Amino acid sequence: MDIVGNVLPQVLKDEATEDKGEMARLQSFVGAIAVADLVKTTLGPKGMDKILKPTGPGQEMTHITVTNDGATILKSMYVENPAAKILIEISKTQDEEVGDGTTTVAVLAGELLREGEKLIQKRIHPQHVIAGWRIARDVALKRLRDISTENDINSQEFHDDLVKIARTTLSSKLITTDRDYFADLCVKAVLRLKGSSNLDYIQIIKLPGGTIRDSYLDDGFILKKQITIGCKRRIENAKILVANTAMDYDKIKIYGTKVKVNSMDKVAEIEAAEKEKMKHKVDKILKYQPTVFVNRQLIYNYPEQLLADSGITVIEHADFEGMERVAAATGAEILSTFDAPERSQQVLGHCDLIEEIMIGEEKMIKFTGCKKNEACTIVLRGASTHILDEVDRSIHDALCVLITTVKNKRVVWGGGNSEMQMAAACEEEAKKVQGKQAFAIEAFARALRQIPTIICDNGGYDSAELIQNFKVELQKGNQTCGLNMTDGTIGNMNELGVKECLRVKEQALMAASEAAELIMRVDNIVKCAPRKRERA
Amino acid sequence: MSLAFDDYGRPYIILRDQGQKKRMKGLEAYKSNILAAKAVANTLSSSLGPKGMDKMLVSPDGDVSVTNDGATIVEKMEIQHPTAKLLVELSQSQDAEIGDGTTGVVVLAGKLLEQALTLLDKGIHPLKISDGFDRACDVAIKHLETISEEIDIQANEHEALIQAACTALGSKVVSKRKRELGKIAVTAVLDVADLARRDVNLDLIKIQTKTGGSVEDTRLISGILIDKDMSHPQMPKEVNDARICLLTCPFEPPKPKTKHNINISSAEDYKKLYQQEQQYFVDMVKLVKASGANIALCQWGFDDEANHLLLQNELPAVRWVSGTDVELIAMATGARIIPRFQEITPEKLGKAGCVKEVQFGTSNERMLVIENCQCTKAVTILIRGGSQMIVDEAKRSIHDAICVIRNLIKDNRIVYGGGSAELACAIQVLQYADEVSSVEQYAIRSFADALEGIPCCLADNCGLNPITSVAQAKSRQLKENNPRIGIDCMELGTTDMKEQRIYETLSSKKQQIQLATQVVKMILKIDDVIAPDDY
Repeated sequence: MDIVGNVLPQVLKDEATEDKGEMARLQSFVGAIAVADLVKTTLGPKGMDKILKPTGPGQEMTHITVTNDGATILKSMYVENPAAKILIEISKTQDEEVGDGTTTVAVLAGELLREGEKLIQKRIHPQHVIAGWRIARDVALKRLRDISTENDINSQEFHDDLVKIARTTLSSKLITTDRDYFADLCVKAVLRLKGSSNLDYIQIIKLPGGTIRDSYLDDGFILKKQITIGCKRRIENAKILVANTAMDYDKIKIYGTKVKVNSMDKVAEIEAAEKEKMKHKVDKILKYQPTVFVNRQLIYNYPEQLLADSGITVIEHADFEGMERVAAATGAEILSTFDAPERSQQVLGHCDLIEEIMIGEEKMIKFTGCKKNEACTIVLRGASTHILDEVDRSIHDALCVLITTVKNKRVVWGGGNSEMQMAAACEEEAKKVQGKQAFAIEAFARALRQIPTIICDNGGYDSAELIQNFKVELQKGNQTCGLNMTDGTIGNMNELGVKECLRVKEQALMAASEAAELIMRVDNIVKCAPRKRERA
Repeated sequence: MSLAFDDYGRPYIILRDQGQKKRMKGLEAYKSNILAAKAVANTLSSSLGPKGMDKMLVSPDGDVSVTNDGATIVEKMEIQHPTAKLLVELSQSQDAEIGDGTTGVVVLAGKLLEQALTLLDKGIHPLKISDGFDRACDVAIKHLETISEEIDIQANEHEALIQAACTALGSKVVSKRKRELGKIAVTAVLDVADLARRDVNLDLIKIQTKTGGSVEDTRLISGILIDKDMSHPQMPKEVNDARICLLTCPFEPPKPKTKHNINISSAEDYKKLYQQEQQYFVDMVKLVKASGANIALCQWGFDDEANHLLLQNELPAVRWVSGTDVELIAMATGARIIPRFQEITPEKLGKAGCVKEVQFGTSNERMLVIENCQCTKAVTILIRGGSQMIVDEAKRSIHDAICVIRNLIKDNRIVYGGGSAELACAIQVLQYADEVSSVEQYAIRSFADALEGIPCCLADNCGLNPITSVAQAKSRQLKENNPRIGIDCMELGTTDMKEQRIYETLSSKKQQIQLATQVVKMILKIDDVIAPDDY
């Protein structure tokens, strides 16, 4: 109603809502902080896990997930609140970009907004808060880069760093007791890639049974397939032909072709021709003189028999990824036509030994002594599929971080060291800045400090005391101090060997502050009328 | 009104309403329309200026977008009210024509309507009001042209263009990196601009987004980025000194459009057909290879066999390249699009310095970059950011900046921002008002007030006292006869916009005032709203 008493006409659609000013801000803060609080208990080496249970009917809906991975938790949550969605979004991006720190980024953004809310209550304009945050972010980033160290990629130090980083990443996961074992395993796998960042070449095979300790890295390459019956189970010095071709019957690819016959004889003739065509194809393949034939598509009995008769071991139905890996590992070319047997030296892959092995109860094919040694396989064992899934996610995180480190090469100390250093830098800066922005810079420092605080809290330690001691220790100039989460003291990160990848921290800081800024700038939320859905 | 009587006194119905139609007439209709339009303008007014706030919009499907761009806000609000919809169109036409100032135009229209409401209360006829607005608009436009300045876009490494881009980017979430992004936008536009004809084909600037990294990682690629990878995993990932064959026919046996049947009735036919089929693939690859091409880009798919033959012949290829990309590549590399294999000739190949596959993040996504094209007339801006919303908003912001630069290349006259141009026009219109002897005088005076509303709104958003700061700026403009005094939004200590280097294009300002006046005139002409009741 305006002053004259006219009813304000309805501008938006029915059921659409518009929240302005304080109401809008309140909504975003509440939503974002709620999400951050939800995942914050998973942070750090003593963080707890969550059970995710899908809702709705159906068999697959009873499958639950137990996880500690921030991105996985947030991804599977359904939230209504728009600000909460932004937090989920940044966590997802963090996962795609660096693979780890997915919880940290959501928690940091949430803490920033929590501090922001306090500033707004003090009647500081959001734009001033943002201006302060921007200064703080730059200062923090500069400090972060300054404290990072770089080692030569081939040196022993770098290798040690990698192991330490993997250990740090894995320490917050389910396999923390076996982290040394797995850290070593991951580092070896990543180093095999020789600087390439293609995670596809590291295959992870999950097999229930045994204990986590039984997991291992296989030097060779394991294909989760079986050798066709009637073929040799062990081939030494194998020459491998990798193909992607139809081995059932060749479809005629010319459009509009129809087979029309007028007598039974003709049918037999065509059938014979078809058979001959396949035989012809097999002959062509034989000209390459392979000892092993791997095909992506399925192989019918007839060609299979022909190949087996010639003493060739046949592996059918290798999925696309598996095939690419075989090709990468053995140096083979993926063939679809077979008209150039003279190129056989180039196109065939080689490996010293192919054999069928049993892992647990499943038969697999193992390729050892491959020509190109890039691909490798991690075989995970564990008591249940839930554990295996979680271990898989943890290993994936660790591999991602390692690959990022190999690319970026810079590392920082872990145990909350980098956050505390950044917070200290922001506080120093706050003393120099004139105007209201200084409050925001201080707030940024507090938010950063919340990360180690939460890690302490999750571990059941007296966070207030520890963080204060931590501050003092840093002030004294002890650059490598950090939280010792086994004893609940401030320890030397160098001795404990806790390191983290700079890129992960960098990305978390940038993404969290960008998201917080985005939410802070909003003063109006317009929700459109939800689309009407047909009830299924 | 819906009922009338004929010569014999019998009633007859003109408009069949009977409670099924809503109807508003006269003053009630004017006021309702104005209020609805004002509601939209009010929503936008807090987004104006460098300290403006953003809006969070939730779509019917629950997707969130956060934006500061006027046209996007009103579009995504899903406005229902018919008059309010006019404002949506107003903002969109400013977007289509100029690309920037989409918030300003709506706010101005809102201010004009507010003034119209008080004039209506005074009992002035709506047509008189719109007449007065019209005349005032002419005066304002003329004055804008007199205070505009020509700038040298070439001077000092296009500094003026960068400043104008910064002004456009200043109000967005990416404002922290406005200078870097501004430079990227300027370089992009200048790369594709035809300075002799003063024309820029914006289609040549491709804006590609990719989440991850941060806004700082946004960069300009002097070439084309396509979201595809090589068709066969074992093809080389980098081709130097590329000769590109651009195909719009699939690597498959032909599919004639006319309906046909090939009947096979004997085994010989069957074999022949098979051979012919094999021959197709060989011929196709041979034709491409023979032309000297060392990379093939195809709009359609490949058959497995063709794919392998390409690999065997060391001819990297890309499949399913989108139609717009094909055109862009054709323009950039000087390639001719080839619809049939028979027509491949060496002259039709495009040339580029390098074609390579690049990889992002850990999620194994690859894109193809075509660099150093023969006729570098296409560029790509790759936008990065922490989340999809930031990337989307950055894309909109860069689009605005690009539009501003294009407008400056077309017409290098500028006015100064910070509300100074509006204030100067307001003063001029006010002077003119006193010369008019009819009722329109009041309308013209109100027009001046509405123009002052823009700097008022700016000051308000920046946390300044709107009335004091506008009054100060106005008196200084009059005293010093300096039309460049505006609102010091960034608190830099000077109100002279020339010193602050806040540039806006003349064409954008002119368009804003004209479009806003037109829409207001249109709304003022409506005196009867008839709508079905369930609407």
